[in-house]
Amino acid sequence: MIARVWKWAVQTARLCCGVPDYDAYVRHLRAHHPERQVPSYKEFFRERQEARYRGTGGRCC
Amino acid sequence: MHSAIPKPSPAGKILWAAIALVGAWCLGVVALRRGEPINAIWLVTASMAVFVIGYRFYGQFVARRVLMLDPSRATPAVLRNDGLDYVPTDRWVVFGHHFAAIAGAGPLVGPVLAAQMGYLPGTLWILVGVVFAGAVQDFMILGLSLRRDGRSLGHMLREELGQVPGVIAMVGVLVLMMIVLAVLALVVVKALTHSPWGTFTVAATIPIALLMGVYLRYIRPGRILEVSLVGLVLLLLSIWYGKTVNDTPALAALFDFDAKSLAWLLIGYGFFASVLPGWLLLAPRDYLSTFLKIGTIALLALAIFLAAPTLRMPALTQFVNGTGPVFAGNLFPFLFITIACGAVSGWHSIIASGTTPKLLANEREATMVGYGGMLMEAFVAIMALIAAASLHPGVYFAMNSPGAIVGTTVEQAARTISDWGFMVTPGELTETARNIGESTILGRAGGAPTLAVGMAQLLHGILPGEGMMALWYHYAILFEALFILTTVDAGTRVGRFMIQELAGMAWAPLKKTDSWLGNVVATLICVGLWGYFLYQGAVDPLGGINTLWPLFGIANQMLAAIALMLATVVTVKLKRERYVLVPAVPAAWLVICTLTAGWQKLFDAKVSFTAVVDKYTAALAEGRLLAPAKNADEMQRIIANNRVDMILTGLFMLLVLTMLAFSLRVIVKAWRANRPTAQEEPYVALSSVTP
Repeated sequence: MIARVWKWAVQTARLCCGVPDYDAYVRHLRAHHPERQVPSYKEFFRERQEARYRGTGGRCC
Repeated sequence: MHSAIPKPSPAGKILWAAIALVGAWCLGVVALRRGEPINAIWLVTASMAVFVIGYRFYGQFVARRVLMLDPSRATPAVLRNDGLDYVPTDRWVVFGHHFAAIAGAGPLVGPVLAAQMGYLPGTLWILVGVVFAGAVQDFMILGLSLRRDGRSLGHMLREELGQVPGVIAMVGVLVLMMIVLAVLALVVVKALTHSPWGTFTVAATIPIALLMGVYLRYIRPGRILEVSLVGLVLLLLSIWYGKTVNDTPALAALFDFDAKSLAWLLIGYGFFASVLPGWLLLAPRDYLSTFLKIGTIALLALAIFLAAPTLRMPALTQFVNGTGPVFAGNLFPFLFITIACGAVSGWHSIIASGTTPKLLANEREATMVGYGGMLMEAFVAIMALIAAASLHPGVYFAMNSPGAIVGTTVEQAARTISDWGFMVTPGELTETARNIGESTILGRAGGAPTLAVGMAQLLHGILPGEGMMALWYHYAILFEALFILTTVDAGTRVGRFMIQELAGMAWAPLKKTDSWLGNVVATLICVGLWGYFLYQGAVDPLGGINTLWPLFGIANQMLAAIALMLATVVTVKLKRERYVLVPAVPAAWLVICTLTAGWQKLFDAKVSFTAVVDKYTAALAEGRLLAPAKNADEMQRIIANNRVDMILTGLFMLLVLTMLAFSLRVIVKAWRANRPTAQEEPYVALSSVTP
C-alpha cells in the first residue's frame, strides 16, 4: 500500500516536471521498436528536459 | 444512443440528499447570517458540498449527454502511444499533473482583491462560476481534444471555425500572455518594494537554482527529488538568513529597491533567463516552484482546518457600489473580471488541450481530471478568499489601497480607513508591519502580500513563537515570487516562439528557433512587450494593480469565451443541439461581462482609462501637476500609458465580437445541415488496440 502511494507520488512529481515514466518508455521501446537502442535514464532525462522548454505547453497564471 | 445515467440505490439517494441538506444549510448560514462574524468552516463545508454535488450531477451530465464520453473508445494515448508524449497513464497521476499545471498564482490573487466587496460576492461567483462555466470549459475542451488526437486549442479553432479566426485567436493568446506576465511580475514588484528581507530571499533563488541545474546535469543526472530537497533546505536557510540581512543596515541597503528599479531588474532577469539554456536556470526553478506550490496549498488547507478562523471582513461591504479602493467598478461586471482563475479561466483551455489529453488511458477518466481538476482549483480560490477575509479589515484595506486614495503614512491611512467604518489605529498597522519583519504594510496591493499576512497569522495561531510570523510571511512571499518568476521565465520563452512563428509568416528566416539572432530579437520583443506594461504599472498613479488587473481579467475571460464558443460550435456541429445551452450560456455570460467591462473601461466617467487621460490632460493644460507625476514629462507618460490601455481594451472587444460573428456563422450553417459536420477522428474500439 505505502509502496504504491510512494510510486504514485514519484510518478506524479516527475510528470509535473515533464518527465514521464522511464520504465514505461523502456517497455514501449522493447515491445514496439526492438531495433532501437534503449537510452539510459540520463539521456532520457535530458531529452525530456529539453522537450519541455522547447516552446509549446506551458502552465497557468 | 447514449448511455443512461445509472439510477442511484436507495442508500445512495439518502447520502446525496444528506449532502444536499448540509450544503444548503451551510450556504444559508454563509449567505444570511448578518451582524455577527461567522466561522470559515461554514464556508469550507458549503463549498465542498457544492463541488461534490456539481461533480456527481452536472459533471456526469456533461460527460454522458453533451460530450458522450465512451469508455469503449480508444484515446490518443492508446492509439499513438510513443512512450514520451502520448502515454496511457494512471488517472490519479494525470489528475495530479493536470492540477499542478492549471493551479498557479491566479486563484490566489483574484479572490484576495475581490474581498474588498466582502466575502459573499466572491464566494458565490466562485461556486456558481466553477460548476457552470469554469469546469465545463476545462472539461469540454479536454473532451474535444481527446477526440482529435490531443490537438491544441489553436489547431481545433482553425479546423472547426476556419483559418482566419484561428490566427486571430492566436494573436489574442499572445497579447493575453504579455498582460499575464506583466501583471504577475508587478505582484512581485509590489511585494518586494523596500523589502530587503524579501528581495534577498528571492535573489538567493538564482544561485540556488544554478547550483541545482549543474547538479542535475552533471553530478547526479535526473535525480529531481533529491536535488529539490537540497534546494528546499537552501531556500529555508535563505529565509532565515534574510532576517540578518534585514537587521544589518549595510546589507539591507544592498537589497532595498524602489518599484522602478525592481521593474528594471525583473525585465533584465527575464531576458537573460530565457536566452540561457533551459536546464541551467529554468528547469530547476520549475521543479522547486512546482513542489513548493503543492506544498503551500496543502499547508494553507491544513492551516484553515486547524485554525478555523473567524471571517472578520463583513459579508458585504459598502464597496459593492463600485467606489472600492482596491479595484474600481461595480459588482457587475467587475467582480466577474477580477476573479477569473478559480471561477473560470481561459488559460486552462490551453492546458486542457496540451499534455493532459495525450495521457488519459480512457475517455471515462476525463470527468475526474477535467471537471474535478477545476473544482480543486476553485477550492484553492475559496481558501485564498478565507485567508484574506480572516484578516483585520483595516489591515486588508491598508495593504491593498493605493497611496493616492488612503495616504502614504499610517496616520492618514488609519484615519481614512476608519472613516470607511473599518476601525483601525495607526498602532495596529505599524504593529502588523513589525510582526512580519517589514518597514510598512501600506501600498502592498496584488494579493500576494495580503495572502502572506493571512497565512502567517493562521500558521502563527497554530505554531506560536517569537519572530515566527515574520518567517512564515517571508516563506509565503518567497513561494509566490518563485512561482511567478518561473512563469515569467517560461512565458517569455513561449512568447518568443509564438512571435517567431508569427514573424516567420512575414520573413521566413525569423522562424528558425535555433538561430541565435532570431532568438535574441524575438526575446527582446517579447520582454519589451510585457516589460512595457510592467514599467507602466510600477509608475502608475493608482499603484498599477488597480489599472492592470482588470485588463488581465478581461483578456483571460475573453479567452474563456473563445474556448466556450468553440465548445458551442462543436456541440451544434455534432447535432447535439438539445444540449447547446451547456456551453452557450457561460459563453454568452462571459461575452456580456467582457464587453460591458471593456465598454466601461473606455467610456465610464469614473472607472475608464479615458477619464484618467482627460483628467491629466486638463491638469496639464492648466499647468498643474497630479501625483505621482513630478513634472510635465511624467504627466505625458501617464497620459500615453492610459491611451495604450484604451487601445488594448478596444482591441480585446473587437476580438471578442469578431470571434462571436465567426462562431454564429458556423453555428447557423451547422444547424441547417442534416448530418454531423464536426472534424472528429474516426472511432477505434479500445478492445481492438489493447490486447
